[in-house]
Amino acid sequence: MAIATLPSGTAVEAADARLARAGSRSWRKLARNPAALAGALILLVVVGAAIGADWIAPHDPAKQSLVRRFMPPAWSAGGSLTYLLGTDQVGRDILSRMIHGARISLTVGVAAVVVSLLVGVGLGLISGFVGGRIDMVIMTVVDVTLSFPQLLLALAFVAALGPSLTTVIVVLGLTGWERYTRVVRAEVLALREKDFIEAARAMGIGWARTLLRHVLPNTFSSIIVLSTLQVAQAILAEAALSFLGVGTGGTYPTWGQMISLGRNFVTVAWWLPTFPGLAILMTVLAINLVGDRLRDALDPRTV
Amino acid sequence: MTALLVRRVLRLLVVCAGVSLVTFSILHVSGDPASLMLPEATEADRIALRASLGFDQPLASQFMRFLGNTVSGNFGNSFYHRKPALALVMERMPTTLLLTILALALATLIAVPVGIYGAVRRNSLVDHISTVVVFLGQSMPTFWTGIMLMLLFAVEWRLLPVSGWATWSALILPTITLGTFTAPLLLRIVRSSMLEVINLDYVRTARAKGVSEWRVILSHALKNAALPLVTVTGLQFGLLLGGAVITESVFAVPGVGRLIVDGIRQLDFPVVQAAVFMLAMIVVLVNFAVDMLYVYLNPQIRIR
Repeated sequence: MAIATLPSGTAVEAADARLARAGSRSWRKLARNPAALAGALILLVVVGAAIGADWIAPHDPAKQSLVRRFMPPAWSAGGSLTYLLGTDQVGRDILSRMIHGARISLTVGVAAVVVSLLVGVGLGLISGFVGGRIDMVIMTVVDVTLSFPQLLLALAFVAALGPSLTTVIVVLGLTGWERYTRVVRAEVLALREKDFIEAARAMGIGWARTLLRHVLPNTFSSIIVLSTLQVAQAILAEAALSFLGVGTGGTYPTWGQMISLGRNFVTVAWWLPTFPGLAILMTVLAINLVGDRLRDALDPRTV
Repeated sequence: MTALLVRRVLRLLVVCAGVSLVTFSILHVSGDPASLMLPEATEADRIALRASLGFDQPLASQFMRFLGNTVSGNFGNSFYHRKPALALVMERMPTTLLLTILALALATLIAVPVGIYGAVRRNSLVDHISTVVVFLGQSMPTFWTGIMLMLLFAVEWRLLPVSGWATWSALILPTITLGTFTAPLLLRIVRSSMLEVINLDYVRTARAKGVSEWRVILSHALKNAALPLVTVTGLQFGLLLGGAVITESVFAVPGVGRLIVDGIRQLDFPVVQAAVFMLAMIVVLVNFAVDMLYVYLNPQIRIR
């Protein structure tokens, strides 16, 4: 027993140490890049807005007022500093609604990706490691999922299940997992032939343990990079669903829903759809910038 | 070669059956399709509907019937239009395909030259600007791009119609909207696949033997970079159709996407199912064609 655990233990430690070294170097690389740094700062602001929305928002996002309808942004004629980005068709403060909207976008983005990640990585590990018939079945399911435009499938299923926050998260999660499966499967296929996996198997370590302790950690950097891009995609998808009228349901403001409502008044109040769209653009751009830099930083060929 | 073809066709059929299963489950995922279709009806009406549409049968036999109907192109009648659902979808399909092809053409016209230039003159001003534009383009919600274009060109400057599909000028804004969604994806792929081949030995050989620079790039390098480009374009076709659904909603284009969005609003599930199925079939067939093209173009596979 002692003989069996010793070599595998040291192998893991060595791998961990290598990962940690690469990690600290990666962070330094990340920090040197101004675009990625700007992205990280924007993200920090958005996350802060989402968490502290109740305290930061200057007004109640749901408070209506007929006298304050269609007030333009502060810098336009007729604008007021009290309502920095103007008011909407029922006199609600746009900025406050945008700050609260950050909550839905980030929640859906992250939660949907967690669902995708659990399903996709699990199936990818099994598919690559077990192979054979099971691999064939899983890859066929991947092919079928890939045949549908994700948005289309999400649209139909959210409509059938009834719009709600949970539905949107689960449906987006279950329509976006196949990229994880493909990436993880490819990595596992390459790793399976490596000596340290062979060694683990030769020492009689069970397949589940080999998979979780030895194979999975080696796929982390790909998973992290893919996840940032997936979060960006999920935020865009949620906004699109809200825009098409099958979003999270309820009256809580979301960016997509604000654009959708504002679009009807685009001829009289350009600011209604413009600012929430900018919020989506900035958030997704920030995530993409950080993700892109992470890919460069975590790529072993450049470490 | 024949064995490969047979395997691919078999796989195609299995995927089609899978697509049919997913389409079937749109109506059944809620557990009770009758109350989904008739949310405000009495229980008696629902029982009648269940009996008439066979919802009281076991799920497996319902699916077998759905699969059989799919093969013969029968998705049932639209509740709203009282016409066969598939006929409605096929009426709208040319519009959606025209929009998609126009957008793809526009995206290719932008992405191929800019991508090649970016790869050849790496780190030049054009390369840097195009990288920034790619990032912006990939981060913009399609529907918002559409609304902003509408705001500028139709509302502010009154150059183009706000919506519709009746005149040629009405096609411009939807095409640009879907094109800006597609171009960044293509540009990235063109640039990176060109970068991969541009420093390979055979390109250097071509240069060394005195072939002119543009000839090297266009005929030697591009030929090999084209393979991944075609494959990825095929893979992204689903994404493009998803973008078309949104673009159609923004500009009131009478295509399949709008049919789906309206169908959902009107609880017209036969139409939604028929439309989703047909769009998925297009993706499946495009990918199959790309796959075959890949086999044909890649001598390493062809010889085997």
